[in-house]
Amino acid sequence: MKIIIRSLAIVFSTLLLSCGGKDEKKKDGFSVDREKSTEKPVEAVSETDAVPASQRITLDEKGVGQIKDITLDPEIDMEMAAKGEAIYNTNCTACHKLDKRFIGPSPKGIMERRSPEWIMNMILDPKLMTEQDRCAKDLLIEFNGAAMANQNLTVEETRAILEYFRTL
Amino acid sequence: MKKYKYMMMLLGITALLGSCGNQGNGKGSSNGALSSSAAEKAYVAPGEHDEFYAFMSGGYSGNITVYGLPSGRMFKEIPVFSQFPTSGYGYSEETKPMLNTSFGFVPWDDSHHPDISQSNGELDGRWIFINGNNTPRIARVSLSTFETEEIIELPNSAGNHSSSFITENTEYVVAGTRFSVPVPQRDMPINEYKGNFKGALSFISVDPEHGHLDLKFQLMMPGFNYDLSHPGRGKSHGWFFFTTYNTEEANTLQEVNASQNDKDFIAAVNWKKIEEYVNNGGGTKVPAEYAHNVYDEQTHMATSTMKKEVLTVNPLDVPGAVFFLPTPKSPHGCDVDPSGQYIIGNGKLSADLTVHSFDKMIAAIEGEKFDGEAYGIPILKFEDVLAGVVKSGGLGPLHTEFDGQGNAYTTFFISSEVVKWKLGTWEVLDRQPTFYSVGHLMIPGGNSAKPFGKYVVAMNKITKDRYLPVGPEMEHSAQIYDISGDKMELIYDFPTHGEPHYAAGIPADLLAPKAKKIYRLTENEHPYAVLNPADARVERDGNVVHVYMSTIRSHFTPDNIEGIKVGDKVYFHITNHEQDFDVPHGFAMIGQNTSELLIMPGQTKTSLWEPKKPGVWPFYCTDFCSALHQEMQGYVRVSPAGSNVPLTYSLGD
Repeated sequence: MKIIIRSLAIVFSTLLLSCGGKDEKKKDGFSVDREKSTEKPVEAVSETDAVPASQRITLDEKGVGQIKDITLDPEIDMEMAAKGEAIYNTNCTACHKLDKRFIGPSPKGIMERRSPEWIMNMILDPKLMTEQDRCAKDLLIEFNGAAMANQNLTVEETRAILEYFRTL
Repeated sequence: MKKYKYMMMLLGITALLGSCGNQGNGKGSSNGALSSSAAEKAYVAPGEHDEFYAFMSGGYSGNITVYGLPSGRMFKEIPVFSQFPTSGYGYSEETKPMLNTSFGFVPWDDSHHPDISQSNGELDGRWIFINGNNTPRIARVSLSTFETEEIIELPNSAGNHSSSFITENTEYVVAGTRFSVPVPQRDMPINEYKGNFKGALSFISVDPEHGHLDLKFQLMMPGFNYDLSHPGRGKSHGWFFFTTYNTEEANTLQEVNASQNDKDFIAAVNWKKIEEYVNNGGGTKVPAEYAHNVYDEQTHMATSTMKKEVLTVNPLDVPGAVFFLPTPKSPHGCDVDPSGQYIIGNGKLSADLTVHSFDKMIAAIEGEKFDGEAYGIPILKFEDVLAGVVKSGGLGPLHTEFDGQGNAYTTFFISSEVVKWKLGTWEVLDRQPTFYSVGHLMIPGGNSAKPFGKYVVAMNKITKDRYLPVGPEMEHSAQIYDISGDKMELIYDFPTHGEPHYAAGIPADLLAPKAKKIYRLTENEHPYAVLNPADARVERDGNVVHVYMSTIRSHFTPDNIEGIKVGDKVYFHITNHEQDFDVPHGFAMIGQNTSELLIMPGQTKTSLWEPKKPGVWPFYCTDFCSALHQEMQGYVRVSPAGSNVPLTYSLGD
């Protein structure tokens, strides 16, 4: 029975395709029309899952790793930020651009979404974070499985990058 | 059921025999096959590390392979004298100069004898040295990066075989010529060899801080074949010993003609005396041509310099510096025990080993008890310098190593065995077969003042049926024996790459903690490095195009390039921006007439591509670097020569 339905479906799609071929003009590439399911999934969607990880605000989460508590001075240390910018440019810009979403997200506005501890832990040990931190894990999936590279930066270098992020 | 009974009986008999044997040798030895487990001794559990590193020469592979002991697992092949497409060594623009010689680019050599640097006669694990036998060269390999850092060519030398052995504090790496040749090289009849050819013994100084090599002097010896050598140590520090054969100075059918003399010599060279002579202005500078190639870890680049002069020393000009010790039967190996007292000549056509005494040699020299001279070099009396003879019963002794417990282990090529004997009493303690026709053997530190006498590895010349057949050509075989007991015990057998002639072993804890994991981008001084992806670019200078490219998981910056033309020379300078352990990226371009590159984190390498056809040509990463590795690719648009397509490059636009 199943087989019959499948065969019918194939015949039907073939028909549709050949019809389309006659009428449509030549286009670049190809596209597949998929009917989006109108039915809602049976499972209840939690608040967290509804918002893409990149847009979630998780300021209370400190992440997993060696950075437990960071207190930021109200004043931005511009000297440290400049150092951080240089380190960022060398080690991070291959994947993180300021003006756009690239391999990974832009660091612009990250201070409004993530805690300083989370940011530093993510830079210092991305593998541990994507294994144990919910948001980091979801980000990895959202960004196409492109695992963030561990650039073997020191805590001091990472702290400088954080200071640079405050200026963005 | 019958079978079972039969087996039980056999076991019983074996056990009886075994216990008899033990009683018989009176020591209650626990080395019987039933009471020990060879498998346990050689087994290193998954995830566990080996106890020793073993660096084996590759022979005609020209390289060094790194193994773990006791497991026999191979960890790495270090390219030294041969092009190595796996990493791009000898193909990349940075490493091509490493293989430069006075004969031009030589892509290969025959590597023989690795030796690890020493301080006070003990392994210090800074560098390993190895000789290129065919086009005479000596290489220095870093034992933190495990990469070749320096190669120096040797003029006036040929068949660089009695090399590369180092002195007690790595003052010199010493290299002797196996084939004597006209010096300087000239057009002359071959049969005028005798009395006219020379044998150069090269003393290459090693800078104590950076290891840089400098050919300090060459001792121009009579035209014999200088086969192997070892330094004195302890009391004999300051001397170097070389076995010779073909003291007949035959120039043809050496197989017969070089075996006429009953005794050849071990040449004893007081290098300290010659060094003093040279430091005081002695010696003669003569024109020569030899390449000196140095790789810099910061610029990731090698440079080749052609040297034009060498300092030569005539042994007759330094009285008391060189003597000949008569040694029977064309001695091959020349080994010095850990105390420096005994010099062992392995007469390869003999059944016995000749052991000379350093103390007796000094006494004979002081007493001027000479037995004639050869080309003005005094010959000591055999009986005056002889410490003892090991009557082994084996055939064809080649090489000897030491366990630091007063025992020596000698390989016998013809009778295929390792024989253990006692220094001082010369008594044979044990013998074990090898499979087959063993050449060198190696005990970690076994040719230093402080051997680590736990294992001996026998490196065999013939493999035949040891492994599954793979056609006429196969790898060589090695056997590892546990030597911690009274008797040697064969615990494992493993194939080795190329033809290992010799090996150097060292405890893992001396090397593993300082092994480099990545190159820091901040220390990268390569002139074409891209340290910031924003600087990635393509520049044209006439028909030369430089692509400054960076990589990180998993893309190239830039990955689309247009405006390249047929006839261009395109240099891809690729910097790997990863800073994590074990994340290399590769680079390969379709139709390129060279190898791929494998670029380590923080490193820059350069590949030359000369596009021949218009089209859009892909390149890709050859190392499976991440889940998105298959996406790590790019295109270069090649237009016909003379076309006007502008030079552009991009990523993600």
